[in-house]
Amino acid sequence: MAKELFFIIIGAVFVNNFVLSRFLGQCPFLGVSSKTETAVGMGMATTFVLTMTAVAAYFLQNYVLAPYGLEPFLQIVSFILVIASLVQLVEMVVLKISPALYNAFGIFLPLITTNCIVMGAALLIPMYKYNLIKSIALGLGAGLGFTLALVLMSGIREEMEFHDVPEALKGPAIVFITAGLLSMIFLGFTGLVPLG
Amino acid sequence: MQLFKDFINGLWNENPIFRMVIGICSALAVTTAASNGIAMGLALTFVLTCSSILVSLLRSVIPAKVRIPCYIIVVATFTTVVDLFMKAYFPALYEVLGIFIPLIVVNCIVLARAEAFASKVGLARAIADALGMGLGYTWAITLISMIRELMGAGTLFGYRVMGEGFTPWVSAILPPGAFIVMGILVGLINVINRKTAKRTQCH
Repeated sequence: MAKELFFIIIGAVFVNNFVLSRFLGQCPFLGVSSKTETAVGMGMATTFVLTMTAVAAYFLQNYVLAPYGLEPFLQIVSFILVIASLVQLVEMVVLKISPALYNAFGIFLPLITTNCIVMGAALLIPMYKYNLIKSIALGLGAGLGFTLALVLMSGIREEMEFHDVPEALKGPAIVFITAGLLSMIFLGFTGLVPLG
Repeated sequence: MQLFKDFINGLWNENPIFRMVIGICSALAVTTAASNGIAMGLALTFVLTCSSILVSLLRSVIPAKVRIPCYIIVVATFTTVVDLFMKAYFPALYEVLGIFIPLIVVNCIVLARAEAFASKVGLARAIADALGMGLGYTWAITLISMIRELMGAGTLFGYRVMGEGFTPWVSAILPPGAFIVMGILVGLINVINRKTAKRTQCH
């Protein structure tokens, strides 16, 4: 069991990195990766919400949608509603418990609702038929993978500001090409986790 | 004239993929073969057009404070329609596109157009804008997927195009190829835009 969980997390962080090889969460990956500080904040906030969403998606799927046969036509609607309200809830709780933490990543929270990495992870859980512990591992792994990709990219982008980028490639274009090279590096992790 | 302007806007000036660079998750993920690009594009165009129609019709009914949740429900409903339709009639395609069909619900393009455009204008303009944006998205991702398929497999829409001596560049179909092709295309479109902008300045 422990070995399996380890493989799920390593798989989500390195082998099938959610950003660089599954292409989830591209909008924040391009939008908030210009500074390392904000990248860390965004990554942590997303990891937090992802883990909570994994738990919520598991219970919603196995105790509400599946038993009543609602899965085919209510899954998308109910998942997006749960994510939206969960993000709102997390925002209120963080503000109440720790204003310092809220200042650190509170501004990123509303953005997370439309981050497709959260919805994507929620949809993968019923697809893989994971149990509760494995679902949490997937959520955590997805979040850590997202943070890793974001922080790596922000480090490169901070460095890139001092270098001459061709005029036409300035902005998103050079970020895409950099992401492509990063993704190529991550291809090297293929085979780290046994298939299946 | 205004309608035509709204329609053209999404095709080039504010092309969601190449100019605004939003909603690119699906544009990178499903573009391994040209047919996937077209299917994904049409699915998104359908959701975008239907939700723009509904948002535009309901714009005086929806209270401003809860407008975002309302838009999300509208978008989620039409995404479910597409999801069930594709699962029933195109199971093979549905298998390939995977979670990216349900993920239309969190696609920035749909929500952005509902919030920035459809909720402010009449029905006709909302439809023109949605069709323009949807088709702009479709041509953009079809172009990306054609380039990737051609380089990665030497085929186009499944038909062999390259000669016998062609060695496929497998990386183009793998994730890195998506990023690199996308980056180069965005750069090229920048160059073209700069050229046309200069020409209009001279006249």
